[in-house]
Formats: sequence, C-alpha cells, structure tokens
Amino acid sequence: MLKKFFDWLFGRKPSPEKTQDVTQTAPLTEEQIQAIVNNQNPHFDLQQLIASCGQSVGKQRELNEDSLLALTATMAGNSGNLPFGLYIVADGMGGHQFGEVASNAAIRAVAGHILKKFHPYLFQVKTDTMDESFQEIMLEAVRDAQRIIQREAPGSGTTLTAALVIGQQVTVAHVGDSRAYFVFPDGRIDPITRDHSLVKRLEELGHITPEEAVNYPHRNVLYRALGQGELLDPDIFTIAFPQPGYLMICSDGLWGVVAEQDIVRSVVDAPSLQRACQNLVSAANAAGGPDNISVILAQLIG
Amino acid sequence: MAGVTLVNRYSIQDVIGVGGMGSVYRARDMHFPNVTKLVAVKEMINSAPDPLVRQTIVQNFEREANLLATLNHPSIPRINDYFSLDSRSYLVLDFVHGKDMEAIISDTNGFLPEEQVLGWAVELCDVLEYLHRHKPDPIIFRDMKPSNVMINSNGDIVLVDFGIAKTFQTGIKGTMIGTEGYSPPEQYRGEATPSADIYALGATIHHALTRRDPRLEPPFSFAERPLRRINTAVSTELEAVVARALEYNPESRFPTAADMKQALLGVAKKTGALGRMKTQTTPITQAGGIKPLWAFKCEDEVRGTPTIHQGALYIGSYDNNLYALNAADGKFQWKYPADGGIVSRPALYDGNIYFGSEDKRLHVVSARSGKVVWTYYTEGPIRSSPRIAEGHAFIGSDDGYLHAVNLNSGRASWRFEAADAVRSTPFVMNDLVYIGCETGDYYAVDYRGELKWRFHAKRAITSSTVGSANTIYFTSVDATLYALDPKNGWPLWRFRLGKPSISTPCIIDDFVFVGAADGFIYAVDARNSKEVWRYRTEHQVNGSPVIYKDSLYCGSVDGNLYCLEYRTGRLRWKFATQGAITGSPLVYDDIVYVGSTDHQVYALLA
Repeated sequence: MLKKFFDWLFGRKPSPEKTQDVTQTAPLTEEQIQAIVNNQNPHFDLQQLIASCGQSVGKQRELNEDSLLALTATMAGNSGNLPFGLYIVADGMGGHQFGEVASNAAIRAVAGHILKKFHPYLFQVKTDTMDESFQEIMLEAVRDAQRIIQREAPGSGTTLTAALVIGQQVTVAHVGDSRAYFVFPDGRIDPITRDHSLVKRLEELGHITPEEAVNYPHRNVLYRALGQGELLDPDIFTIAFPQPGYLMICSDGLWGVVAEQDIVRSVVDAPSLQRACQNLVSAANAAGGPDNISVILAQLIG
Repeated sequence: MAGVTLVNRYSIQDVIGVGGMGSVYRARDMHFPNVTKLVAVKEMINSAPDPLVRQTIVQNFEREANLLATLNHPSIPRINDYFSLDSRSYLVLDFVHGKDMEAIISDTNGFLPEEQVLGWAVELCDVLEYLHRHKPDPIIFRDMKPSNVMINSNGDIVLVDFGIAKTFQTGIKGTMIGTEGYSPPEQYRGEATPSADIYALGATIHHALTRRDPRLEPPFSFAERPLRRINTAVSTELEAVVARALEYNPESRFPTAADMKQALLGVAKKTGALGRMKTQTTPITQAGGIKPLWAFKCEDEVRGTPTIHQGALYIGSYDNNLYALNAADGKFQWKYPADGGIVSRPALYDGNIYFGSEDKRLHVVSARSGKVVWTYYTEGPIRSSPRIAEGHAFIGSDDGYLHAVNLNSGRASWRFEAADAVRSTPFVMNDLVYIGCETGDYYAVDYRGELKWRFHAKRAITSSTVGSANTIYFTSVDATLYALDPKNGWPLWRFRLGKPSISTPCIIDDFVFVGAADGFIYAVDARNSKEVWRYRTEHQVNGSPVIYKDSLYCGSVDGNLYCLEYRTGRLRWKFATQGAITGSPLVYDDIVYVGSTDHQVYALLA
C-alpha cells in the first residue's frame, strides 16, 4: 500500500511482473494481522506517546551541523485529551560553515510556527475546531523557515524531516535526505520519506544500481533543500502511526552508515527507547562515524 | 518604497518582483526630466549576520554588474548604474515593458500555441549562442527558466537575472545544491557547460507547452511525460527537438545552441508554422454514438440515485413514486407512491427498501411486492438517504435531527439534535455515526446518540461523508474538501475547490474524487492533498462520482454522464441526456444506471 502510494506519488511505473494476476501474496505476519484487528476495534482511551533522541558529532567532523527537536505532550481538543508530539531532524549544509545556522534556524522556525498554532490547545483548554488543517500548518511552517534561512544564512541550506503526531495520525513535512521510518517489532522497516537526492533520483531512473549508489561520488548532492530555490515544494502527507511500532527520524549520519536490519535490531532489542537511541548512535560511530548523527524514536503505547 | 528617490536620481514607482534577497522596482530616471525613462532597479538586502557571508553576497552582486556591463545583445538588458546604500545594493537596468514567460504560461487558459513558443525558443537559442561564444570565457547562463525570460511589448524575449552565474556552492561536507527542475543531471554535480543551458532551454519549452512546472515534478522526468502526451496539439517534429535537448547524456543533446536553432527552424518550416495563422486545436476524445441499453421514463425529474438488488433497480422520482424496474431491460415492475418527491438513494436491508421523501416520512416497503411495511414520521422533508447499521436506520431530516429508527419497532431509539436541517446521509464507521448539517456543523455521534466530537465548516455541509480506516472526507458549500481524523475530528487537510460543493467524495486507492459547482471533477491525493487532475464539465457537478474497474462515472448539470479514466482524468466517453444530472450513477455488472431531470432513467454499457 505504502509502496504503491510512493510509486504513484513519484510517477514510478509499477513493475510489470507485479500485475494482480501473477502476484504472489505473502502471508501477513501475526503482527500485521493484529494491527488490522486493532484498527477495527477503535479505542478512544488516551494513548501514551513516548519519545527519546540521540545525537553525536561523529568521529570525523569537528562541527555538529545537525539540529534536532523532540517534544511530547498532551493536548486538549473537542474530543478529550490527545497525545501531541513534534519531532524534527535537520541536517545543515552550505558554505561558510553555516550549516548549523541553517539547521538550527529551520528547527526554530518550524517548531515556533507549529507551537504557536497549537498554543491554545496545549496551554489553555480550547475546544473549538481549528480553522487550519495539519498539512496547511506544516506547509506554512516550512515556508516560514525557508524565508528565515534565506535571510539569516543565504547560500546555505538544510534538510528537514518533521513529524507532527496528534492522536494516531502522523503528519510529515520533508525536504532533503534525512529520513523518517516506521520500524516494526517483527523486523520490518519502511522508509516513509523519499530522499530528494541526486543519487536516489538516478537510482529511480535506473541510471545507477543500488550497489553503485552506495559508492556514488556525489552522494550528498540534494536537488531540494530548505533555504534553496525560490519555489520550495516540500513533501507533506499524513499517515497512521504504526501500532505496534516505532516512528524513527534520523539524519544520513545514521541511515547512510548503519544497515537497515542493524537499525531494526538496535531498536527492537533495546529495553527502552533511550537505550535504543544510544545504541543507534554507538553503531554509527562504531562504523566510522563519518558524519553528524541525529536520531529520534517515538512510540505510541496503549 | 513607492515615492522614494534613490541617490537623488531613481524615483521608485512600484514593486515588480520579489525575490529571496530583495525586490525589483520599476523606477523613473530623474536625470531625464523631459521624458519618462523607466528603469528596473534590482535591490539586494544584505541582512546576513555573518561578515563573511555578507562579503560573498556583495561580491556576487558586483559580479553580475560587471558581467552585464560587458554584454551587448538585444535580448540582454543593458546595465545603467550600480550602487550600494548601507546594507543594500542596487543594480539599475533597462526596464522591460512586458511580462515574464512564467506569468504568461499561468495566465493563459489552455496551452500556448506551438508557433508562439517556437518563436521564443529560436530567440533564446540566439542569445544562448551569443553567451556561449563570449570571449575570453564562455558565459553559461545556468538558470534558464520561464521566470527569467521576459517577453517585451514587441513579443521578443529578454533574458533577465544574471545573478546566478554562481549558483554552485560547495559545502564542507561536499554538498552542492542546484537549481531545481530545469537543470540537467550534470549540473547537480557542479558541471556547467553550454550543454546544460540547452537542457534548461528544453525544459523551459517543455514547461511552456505543457503547463507542467518541472520544479513540481521529480528531476529528469521529462522523458516520462513527452510533450504530445500532455498537449496533443504539439507537432511530432517539435517533440523530437525538445526531447533531444532534454537527453540525459550531454553528448546526446545538440552540440551548440546554433544547432538547436537550426533544428527549431526546420520544425517551423515543416509544420508551416512560420506562415500559418495561430490555431488552437482542442482534441475531442469521442464523438458520441453511445446508445443506452434501455431508458425508462418517469412522470417527473429523477434527481436521486438508484439501488440495485437481485436484478431489480430501485429509484425515486420527483413524481413521488419509487420505481422498481427490471435491471436487464428496464421493464416496469411496480411503483410505490409517497406523498412527496424522492431525491435520495434507497437502502436495501433484509428484503425491504428504505427511503425518505419530501413528505417527511421514512418509508419501508417490500422489495418484492412494493407493499408498505411501515413508515416513520419526522417533522421536516427528508433529503437524506437512510443508512442501515446495528439494527437501526439512521437518517437525517430537515427538522434538524438525526433519527435512529429501530428496524424492528419502526420507532425512534433516539434523535440527535443538529443545529439545522440534516440533508447529508449518515456515515457509519467505527461505532460512530457521522453527519453534517446546513449550518456547517459536523457531528460524530455514538450509537447511544451522544456527541463524541464536533467540527465546524464555514458553510453548509450537504455532501455526505465517506471514509477509510484513518480518514473521513466530505465537502462543504464553503468550497472545501475536508479530510478529518475520524477519531477526534481534527482536520488533517483541506483542499480548495473553485466553488461550493454538495458532491459526496468517492475514494479508491489513494485518490479522493469529488465534483463542485465550478463544473470540475477533481482527483486529489488522499495522503498529501495535492490535485492529481481535474476535468472540466460544462456546468455544476453536484452528484457523487463513482468508480468501477478503472473508470470514473459522474454526471453533470450540463446533462452529460462522463466516463473518465480515473488515474488520469482522460475522457473515455460521455453520454448526453436531455436534462441536468444531479444524482449519482450506479454501476453494477458492467452496466451504468443513471437518472436525469429529463425524467428518464438510463442504462448504459460501462
């Protein structure tokens, strides 16, 4: 389903061998079945949202150009209290060592905009419906950040992957090559964002193979970044929070260094989210730590 | 800024453009007091806090000024002056009377004629050739795109914004950022060659002829949407030239801008574009000739939607009757008279048909015989259709209540009071009943009739709700398609329609389809609320679209039933009735059934 959506969203043609008639349907795992069953029995009880994060400058850089924000709360609304979470990773770049200015400005602008909108629901008890949608708020927040970066640090740029969790919905705003993943206890890991990088695009076009992509010389070239270009078109979409499962947001200092299956193991085997984040950062550093590392993990319980 | 005079010379009149670093103004040069000499003043505000950054910005600005000063070409604006004031720098250029190509593209209805774009393309090749042959070093424009091309009052092109002869910065992490959309693959790697400008020119022509902004598409995806797939009026010859300019490998493109110009002139010769008058061809996909399998004439308008069950088609009419017809041949089986018009869609449950009427009643009749089983009175006309769930019929009424009627007793289990008439059809999912009303209030009510949450749209919600596990969708007369979280009513996204809508959305895969009073049928991506396509009918679209196999069926007040490819919005066929279609079609077993205000019910092959 998710793949289909992304294929369609990005204009990829479904591979011909996957037409309905010949598809080999893999049986669903127990966990997937349980998730479907759970979805059909709606519960309106308050669920607990928890999150943790980890960061490291890495082993080879002197500066940390990543910025990160993780905020978890509950919010008043017209149907009772709801989990509220805002999780952002930004990976700055650009000349003049201005990467950290850009990534930090992006976080401040995006979080500032969003929290202003939700202020009455978070800090007062407002129950009217909001006159803007989550996606509109996210889009404005990104546009705000774009303006601020172009003013404060022209020429620089940053990635931005922001997830706004409200109830059981995750609304994601994404630019660049930081990533958001859903990680499932049964070992599956699904990237829910798509890199705006040259290498990913070439891979999609079939000009290079996934193996070549790993060693591609221009792996860091982005075709879309916050602060760059006059017309910024962030990917913004809403999907259901995985239950059971984890939302993970990280910079390429993690996903570019640690294999997906090792990431899953670090997350699923850890006794707590805090430990999982520490394990992920350690794994990236153990693999050489070539870049700044940032990771956020969030989970919805109950 | 208007009224301000800079350096005692340039009197600012208006803002003509706003960029990331400052604005561009139209100003009058006061050194020519007896004539109105207009100039373009390009301002750059240097607000970067870091001194090193600030210095770089000034250097880039000076670079643009110096570059322009060395150039002399009719398609390049001349530089008149250059100065700095505090943290602002200004470039004074010839004022171009005209409009930029991007504005022309977006202000044009439909596609620009091939001849016009071809003419611009030839001139652009000329100026690129001039830049590329510049001595001592070739100048690579690097930022060819419609917004950097002005069309002056003579219809000739002028290239603006040379500020980019820098674009590529290398970050400490080796990260380079390119201009999105129009740039070729190699430019992202930091290579700027004449061939890159040729690619960007190809991209610019592509944008102009297709109206598809490449900045909103994946990079290097031109090959996936050749010109003629989007704009069938483009000649195959021009399509080939543009495709060559957009080749992935630089070696496969035209070696020089002059070569591309020759190829474009070749197209103009072949298609006769040079001599021919401008013509706009509108492709018509089909020519009518669709014959209904059968048609049945009621005694008044048919504004409702049919239901099918065991070979019988049930449909209400303004003549107060509910008709049962043989779905195979349209033969009359029976009719049941209510005391008011029937505009809704009947529901079938356990051998009985449930439907509301403007006679204020919910009628329950036997599907087989058409004999009444029981009726239930509300205090207002019923325009809502019943929804059967959990042993109840849920139905709205103009009396302002949502009624939950027990199927066994025929009596109300409860009524939920809305703020105004409830004309939408209740939607039941996850143990909640969802309903909108004419004030724009929207409610989620549980099975005991208690309010779970509410939402408010700016105007009436007459459309009914559809939903998937995590999202519910409906439209409002406030011209918005809403997507809400069904559990708590928070708005996930909103999609602006051109005009009010009372059309109920239809969902399949990750598409949401809906009609509006602006005459369009819209396809919207359910995840990111982006428009996928829109199809224009000749009048309001008030009914709901339906999907069957890979087609979408939808009626319009223009009298036509449209069949579109649901993934692309391309017309497959349309069928003209003699009156407005306001209800929704029903498709079953490869047959489409639809009612029209011409009093007829039609059956067509799907």
